[in-house]
Amino acid sequence: MSDTHAQSVAFVRDTVIPQKAPPALESGTIKWVRTNLFSGWFNTILTVVTLYCIYLVMAAFVPWVVNGVWAADNIRECREIMQGSGGGCFAVIADRWQQLIFGFQYPSELYWRPTVAFVLLFVAIAPVLFYQVFPRQMLVITALYPFIAFYLIWGGTILIPIIAILGFVAGYLVYNRLINTSFAAGFFGGVAAAFVVWWLGGLVSAALPEFLALDAVASRDLGGFMLNLILGTVCVSLSLPLGIVLALGRQSDMPVVKGICVVFIEFVRGVPLITLLFVANVVLAYFLPPGTTFDLILRVIIMITMFSAAYIAEVIRGGLAALPKGQYEGAESLGLDYAQSMQLIVLPQALKISIPGIVNVAVGLFKDTTLVSVISMFDLVGMIRGPILSSTDWNGVYWELFGFAALLFFVVCYGISQYSQWLERQLATDHR
Amino acid sequence: MSAITDPPQGSFQLSMLLSDTRYRSYTFQFIALACLIAAIAFLAANLAANLSAAGLNISYDFLGSAAGYDINQRPIEYDSQSTHLRAAMVGILNTLIVAFLACVSATVLGVFAGVLRLSNNWLVRKLMAVYVEAFRNVPVLIWILIIFSIMTVSLPSPSAFRGDNATSSMLFDAFAFTNRGVYTPAPVMGPGAWVVVYAFLASLVGIFAFRKYATKKLYDEGRLINTLWPSIALFFVPSLAVFFILGRPITLEYPSLQGFNFQDGIQIRGSLIALWFALAIYTGAFIAENVRAGIQAISKGQTEAAGALGMRPNRIMNLVVLPQALRVIIPPLVSQYLNITKNSSLAIAVGYMDITGTLGGITLNQTGRAIEAILLLMLFYLIISLSISTVMNIYNNSVKLKER
Repeated sequence: MSDTHAQSVAFVRDTVIPQKAPPALESGTIKWVRTNLFSGWFNTILTVVTLYCIYLVMAAFVPWVVNGVWAADNIRECREIMQGSGGGCFAVIADRWQQLIFGFQYPSELYWRPTVAFVLLFVAIAPVLFYQVFPRQMLVITALYPFIAFYLIWGGTILIPIIAILGFVAGYLVYNRLINTSFAAGFFGGVAAAFVVWWLGGLVSAALPEFLALDAVASRDLGGFMLNLILGTVCVSLSLPLGIVLALGRQSDMPVVKGICVVFIEFVRGVPLITLLFVANVVLAYFLPPGTTFDLILRVIIMITMFSAAYIAEVIRGGLAALPKGQYEGAESLGLDYAQSMQLIVLPQALKISIPGIVNVAVGLFKDTTLVSVISMFDLVGMIRGPILSSTDWNGVYWELFGFAALLFFVVCYGISQYSQWLERQLATDHR
Repeated sequence: MSAITDPPQGSFQLSMLLSDTRYRSYTFQFIALACLIAAIAFLAANLAANLSAAGLNISYDFLGSAAGYDINQRPIEYDSQSTHLRAAMVGILNTLIVAFLACVSATVLGVFAGVLRLSNNWLVRKLMAVYVEAFRNVPVLIWILIIFSIMTVSLPSPSAFRGDNATSSMLFDAFAFTNRGVYTPAPVMGPGAWVVVYAFLASLVGIFAFRKYATKKLYDEGRLINTLWPSIALFFVPSLAVFFILGRPITLEYPSLQGFNFQDGIQIRGSLIALWFALAIYTGAFIAENVRAGIQAISKGQTEAAGALGMRPNRIMNLVVLPQALRVIIPPLVSQYLNITKNSSLAIAVGYMDITGTLGGITLNQTGRAIEAILLLMLFYLIISLSISTVMNIYNNSVKLKER
């Protein structure tokens, strides 16, 4: 056979032809541009219009940044330097950044304390955020962080945070001891032990107010972006446990408990945060025992915590509802009681589902902390609208200041939401 | 083999309140109720003690007394001699006005951005992503203040429009953008104007009926009637015909510069625009995400199946994807509307006189009736929220997938 062919066929190719490069229009950048930007007349128009819009924005924005003035003492000097070049007067940020960050009443020689607290915040939340990377032992730092931060920011005797820690430790020990009898005994025993320690400790700290004391800073002296961060972190961390309790209460079979939780959640979700802040500002004092005075910041923390707890409760309720009924029944069939089945089976899964929602609430809450400027607290927005814009030096510098505030919030909120998306991918254990 | 035994049916003993799961919940509920009552009693006692110490009482009489302050945007008759109740009504209307405007614009913006985020044009997609991220991650209060600054600082004052060498001029001789607000022409209703309005409303009903008729024809006889051009004709022709037959009863009153300020026309204040635009752009970013999620929730098979049936892309969108996506989009959309209504209370930051500005602001400060005013304020928002969520639940139940 092959012999005949060898004579009849003049040429047989015995090597593979090298591959040709694809046509220029079908590869590389050109193809990408054609498919993504100019794939039809409509897309071409869209692209051109979009490019023009971007050009318009950039034409206004770039000179503003490039020609910006960073060194000047006041707005008039700023305008002199600029000579109408259309730049921004960023000197206000260089001049007043300390006020923007720390508020105008925080003693300037103590700025290192909130700064250290801020740096430690990252150390403290790292083991929570990236629990795969960091050892579990670092969670001890996380647990201690609130007390350290309190000591650093507010100052005063170190006995107060130490007693607070001791109270929690005592409560935990008692809880551990009694949990074998029943959950209720452990829980209430722990709470009682903690309160006993705090009461005793209160006597001690009152007797020794100067023991290892840092200079005390009053709450009303806090301000600037620091205040936003404090309110955000404190309220989110406090509202998480409260939200879990409310969500469980709303899922409960007991009509009275359920009713209380439903009314609370629906009421708080139905009113704007501003009205709750008004309550904190002017009404809450009427409901406290006569003679007690609460810090405004503490009252605000209480109200914002209630506010976000209601929202977090709804998110977690969604997570609880999304769990298959078999999980609840499985836990029951193993003979676990309510507290055990919630702790070991239901909540770990429900919370995992709820993480994106919880992060959304946290981001929303952090943005909402700017509302405290309405009740004349000097957070970042309050500082800009109050002391800085009304000063004779910087009266009239709007864009630079609001842009700075927007940038700070954007960095934090965008960072959190990116983290949440990353975590969501990490936690996706279902097979897709 | 273990036999299933009934739980012991013995007589009730007091210890069962703690040990028996059937009765334990009563104990818990009793404790919860007792705690609640104790807490309320404690707060009420404190309130009574504090009020009597301050020489105050709870009374709503202040609502009937003269308010004594002016409100710059008055949808209804109001002057400084009107009562606080009247001021609150004006505030409620102003809240509803800004909430309505912001809801409509946010929806348009959000749907637009959400659909464009799924565009196959890379540039548009990225631009919309930038819009959504930039606006979602910055507090709405900052946006309100930024837009308010644009309205009050960047725009020229009315005096810039005056004289021969005016530095600013009106757009189309009809719109003036000044730092005191935007002036637009106002319609003046002459005799017979309402006939035109009724004719217009009647033609809207006509369009609706015609489309219904076309759908019925399509389903019954399979005849496809083109509805686009008849609808457009119905929209314009009757009203315009009546308008001209009656001798143009509706005229426009243009704003004109008189003295130091613009007169006539409608003045839209900077505070309203700031609040409206900021809420619309901010919430629009959230709605865009909802819309995108809703469209992406529809499985690709639906689009492909519709394509296999020979449908064109825009009909696939209108007839197959959107009706299903709406079921996913509408619940979060409505909660965004609620958010707009609640966020409109930020009006107080720019001096827009909504219910928070009147009842919760000036009335509260003038009368000192903090508890009453804030209670009424909360009640108002609560009523709005609860009624919208009730409507929402009814809607959700009606569009719920009927599964076996």
